[in-house]
Amino acid sequence: MPAPEPRPALEVLREQISRLEGRAGRRRAVLPFGLAEIDSRLPGGGLALGALHEVAGGGCDAQHAAAAGQFSAGIAARTRGRVLWIVSRQDVFAPALMQVGLSGRRVIYVEAGSEVDVLACFEEGLRHGGLGAVVAEVTRLSMTASRRLQLAAETSGTLGIAIRRWRRPTGAADFGQPTASVTRWRVSVLSSVGLPVPGVGRPRWRLELIRARAGDEAVFDVEACDGEGRLAQDAPVADRLALPAILADGAGPEEVGRRRARA
Amino acid sequence: MGAGAPAPDAALALVGREGRRRVVLSVDLAARKAGVRPGTPVAKAQALHPDLTIMDADPQGDRAGLEKLALWFQHRIAPIVAADPPDGIVLDTSGADHLHGGEQAMLAAMVQRLRDTGITAKAVVAETLGAAHALARYGRARMLVVPPGGVVAAIADLPVAALRLPEGIVDGLHALGVSRIGPLAAMPRAPLALRFGPDVARRLDQAFGRVAEAIVPVRPVESVEVCRNFAEPIGAAETIARMIGTLVPPLCQLLEERGLGGRCFDLLLYRVDDRAEAIRVATAQPVRDARRLIRLLCEKIETIDPGFGIERMVLAASRAETMGARQALSLLGEADEPDISGLIDILSNRVGMQALYRCAPVESDIPERSFCRVPALAPDDARDWPDHWPRPTRLLPRPEPVQAMAELPDQPPVFFIWRGVRRKVKCADGPERVFGEWWKGDAELTTARDYFRVEDTSGERFWIYRAGDGEHGETGSQGWFLHGIFG
Repeated sequence: MPAPEPRPALEVLREQISRLEGRAGRRRAVLPFGLAEIDSRLPGGGLALGALHEVAGGGCDAQHAAAAGQFSAGIAARTRGRVLWIVSRQDVFAPALMQVGLSGRRVIYVEAGSEVDVLACFEEGLRHGGLGAVVAEVTRLSMTASRRLQLAAETSGTLGIAIRRWRRPTGAADFGQPTASVTRWRVSVLSSVGLPVPGVGRPRWRLELIRARAGDEAVFDVEACDGEGRLAQDAPVADRLALPAILADGAGPEEVGRRRARA
Repeated sequence: MGAGAPAPDAALALVGREGRRRVVLSVDLAARKAGVRPGTPVAKAQALHPDLTIMDADPQGDRAGLEKLALWFQHRIAPIVAADPPDGIVLDTSGADHLHGGEQAMLAAMVQRLRDTGITAKAVVAETLGAAHALARYGRARMLVVPPGGVVAAIADLPVAALRLPEGIVDGLHALGVSRIGPLAAMPRAPLALRFGPDVARRLDQAFGRVAEAIVPVRPVESVEVCRNFAEPIGAAETIARMIGTLVPPLCQLLEERGLGGRCFDLLLYRVDDRAEAIRVATAQPVRDARRLIRLLCEKIETIDPGFGIERMVLAASRAETMGARQALSLLGEADEPDISGLIDILSNRVGMQALYRCAPVESDIPERSFCRVPALAPDDARDWPDHWPRPTRLLPRPEPVQAMAELPDQPPVFFIWRGVRRKVKCADGPERVFGEWWKGDAELTTARDYFRVEDTSGERFWIYRAGDGEHGETGSQGWFLHGIFG
């Protein structure tokens, strides 16, 4: 996907708007994904810190938000400091978060009883400023609530991620409602990377950037977070066909074999 | 009781004088089984059960013990607690139950703690002291939470003796043929008052919450507290907040002079109608930072009902721990991790202490046992989970059975049906065999699970297992279960 052409008139306009919004002097800090393809499409060259981002699962995953959770954990893992993870019912499996680099020592879970409590704790966490990131699993996010959260995140510089999660797949229609979040993502699972041997390869995701403030929407196919929470470029099909050849002449096959052998 | 105490399973009766007779005042379970009841003359009791251990009752000692127990409750559960002799303790738990995970959980914890120390207790939460008193003594349930507005229905069936009336009046009512509270409440008041005096109407009104009843709380001797009386009663939330602002700094000063930090703070607000409202906040670490404390207390103002006004406020650090001076800022060296204990306090006073936790590894291969909850600010240890195999992001609270078709013994399923959707398996990893933990119980001596990570044709990845090794019947039912969802 080629980077969009620079448009001077648009840039000037954006600068004027950001001056009107009152953050002219401050450069927003960003957390780059480390993938040029994604970072070039995000204003500032990465995911803005001190902002609210929304993530939802696509298709069946709107209920479980497993890929969305893993994606958010990968982002939170790359921040510094503790992470607050707010849920209304707990089904996060902590060892899985560790596998994208978010150690159990860093995550504090809050099991809030109601939606209102989730949002209130979310705002407290964002406002505090001493945390690396705050992740909350919310069902409904109104314009007012999201604006409060966005303001809290802006004043403290903490990254806020709202994982949108619905009890029923039909609830996902709610994701179209406008909110004050800076970016909005939909993460859907794709078939994993093909392996020359039987087994499940590295998971792949389709990331849809549905909305980005001062940016365009975009779709990326990527390989899921690695042990440090980094995404990887989806290898083109040609490269993948070359894989067996690479494996044929190295220590590769044993390693893949070991992955398979479970007793 | 010390060394002279009778064996716990011995039949025991406590005796005292009733007029000129020596009668049994209370009995334990073993004696009750033998037919000894309170009120039985001592000679008859000994005839009923020759091995009966008889000891003199010590009402003074009982009273002192009850006071001590009340203090323990005051320390642990709620700020307003009073002993209710001879056998009860009254707590005003409004504004404190959230710290224990709701009323039901609080009751369960209380009863369990008492049972651990050998006391069999019944616990009831109701809107009025009278109703709770009646249900705890005459109700059937061991633990009961009466919903708001449910008091009238809850106590209608109880005997009139449950109303804390003198024995003479209860006998008189029985003579009239009134034995239950419901019919009594429906009777006209004037003839009752004429015959029995004002007590019946007063007790009924107290039970139904028509007149207020104050609890005079016990106060620990050593607590650090400051108080303030108002010439004019106050009621507005802003005024209360301002008064909290003037009470907290002197308290923090007192704590600092003694080298203490509070873990639990009680703010008691005495209303002009002689009732007390209470706010309790607890902190994860000892605190004597005035600003933080004001913030915590002010968040709770909306939970109190000032009524016609508040005339006195008492702020006490009811649980304090030693807290030395600590350097907060340093120009040397790298900045430490930011202090988040303030945030933890704010959140735990909102959602409860046990709803705020970290997950720590437990050495177990069984997924649902491989983690435990530790307090959010518990010291770190270096352990982590083993990173051998991929683990699912979401672990279902309990494994859900799926219908699956697989070649035994160690092939992944070809397809499976979960929640009514049939999924064809495209590729799979496994099996990863997990054995039962035989040291936990005989049931797990032979059990095993074979976990597979499967991907269906649409790319969704699941963690499913077969209960059993696929060959031996004693290892499990050989049924398939879905346990987690991968991202």
